[in-house]
Amino acid sequence: MNPDLYLVLAAILFTVGLVGFIIRRNALILFMSTELMLNAANLVLVSSSWVQGKLDGQVAAFFVMVVAAAEVVVGLSLIVTIFRARRSTSVDSESLLKG
Amino acid sequence: MIELLPLLSGQAVTFWICAVIAIVGAVGVVASSKPVYSALCLALVMVALAAIYASLQADFLFAVQIIVYTGAVLMLFLFVIMLVGVSSRDHLAETLKGHRVAAIVAAVALVALLALATGNALTDQPVGLDAIEADGYLQALAQLIFQRYVIAFEATAALLITAAVAAMVLAHPKRLRPKPGQAALMGERLAAYAASGRHPGPLPASGVTAQHNSLATPALLPDGAVALQSVSATVASRMPPASPDELIGPLAATLAAMNQPAALPPGPSSTASPPGESGEPPDTLDETEIVTPDSPAEAEAVTPDSPDEAETVMDTPDGAEAVTADESASGAEAVNSADSTDEADTKDEADTTDKADTKGEAGTKTPVADPAAGEGGQP
Repeated sequence: MNPDLYLVLAAILFTVGLVGFIIRRNALILFMSTELMLNAANLVLVSSSWVQGKLDGQVAAFFVMVVAAAEVVVGLSLIVTIFRARRSTSVDSESLLKG
Repeated sequence: MIELLPLLSGQAVTFWICAVIAIVGAVGVVASSKPVYSALCLALVMVALAAIYASLQADFLFAVQIIVYTGAVLMLFLFVIMLVGVSSRDHLAETLKGHRVAAIVAAVALVALLALATGNALTDQPVGLDAIEADGYLQALAQLIFQRYVIAFEATAALLITAAVAAMVLAHPKRLRPKPGQAALMGERLAAYAASGRHPGPLPASGVTAQHNSLATPALLPDGAVALQSVSATVASRMPPASPDELIGPLAATLAAMNQPAALPPGPSSTASPPGESGEPPDTLDETEIVTPDSPAEAEAVTPDSPDEAETVMDTPDGAEAVTADESASGAEAVNSADSTDEADTKDEADTTDKADTKGEAGTKTPVADPAAGEGGQP
């Protein structure tokens, strides 16, 4: 099994997530695209852990998951707060800070 | 590594299946117009990645991926989608000119860069984790987390508690205007009554008629019209409004049938009365009617044999039925005692005449009216 294939898969997933982050306007879908990119990074960590024969990559992936969970909690509560004030989850409508 | 086929390991099979699923799911996340579909596609990606982790000998991360990502994070996503935006379709129109084309060109370039340039960095023959698994996979992992990376682990704890507090602070709604008291609410209601004549009291409850008592049944006004306010607006908008005839039609038909003595056959059954007068059970007819059934099952078996009598029983609702139940219970006891004293085989025997005889002896008041009843009540 060629370990490069895992990297290619991770690259594709990361790019799809990035495209979603760029072209979508719904804040929830932006968050899901971020999760997709984080998962692609995790895949690289886990596969390189397997290639190197060390567990450090798995530990790093574990910490990425923890940080992602915390980030999702804060981000989703931000979305809920913004939705309560503006009745919208579109990131285009948040333009109050524009000069 | 298990060799399924020559040149094809189980790991490779897992990779090719799960990679296709993951890419399809990732495209679904980005391309679907409803956030719920995106979340479900993301769940698909997570589960496929978990399977890949399992094939990469990362058992712990396989479980954590399923539990934390698919179980917790995605359910949180779904909760928030249900809270804020389940009905909101994202408008997929471009707001910037050439935005999407530029994004896709950049994406293709990025894939080429990552896959062709960086992907070649990892061309070593994979070592695998078999040596570590032989020494104890979880022990090695725990040693890393709780010794070498213990500072990061503690910082993670601080991060998680901060995130939890932040979520509570952010999601807790701040009251924008003071909560109105009861006096203010009553003043509003009376002002609305003075202005538009809106009824200031509580709304009418939903209707209870002979055949309906659900919340979707509207109440009837004293003049027979339907009170639309008695049904929730959500229900009323989804169901056609029932007409008054539809609601009380069956009840009116039943009442008309009960008040019509010509429908009953002549004879003793003419003493049957409408439910208002049935304080005491009818006498002459129900004497035979009550005594004959020895058990509830037989009581049902008797009634079809004599349809006119069955009608009279149904017409006298409460008192007569209560008496029938009592009598049949005592009758059944008598049968049981007779059975126990007689012989235990009597119940199991299929011989109907024998059984009918036993019951005829057991019933103390009058003999059985027709042997067909005993036949029908055979257990």
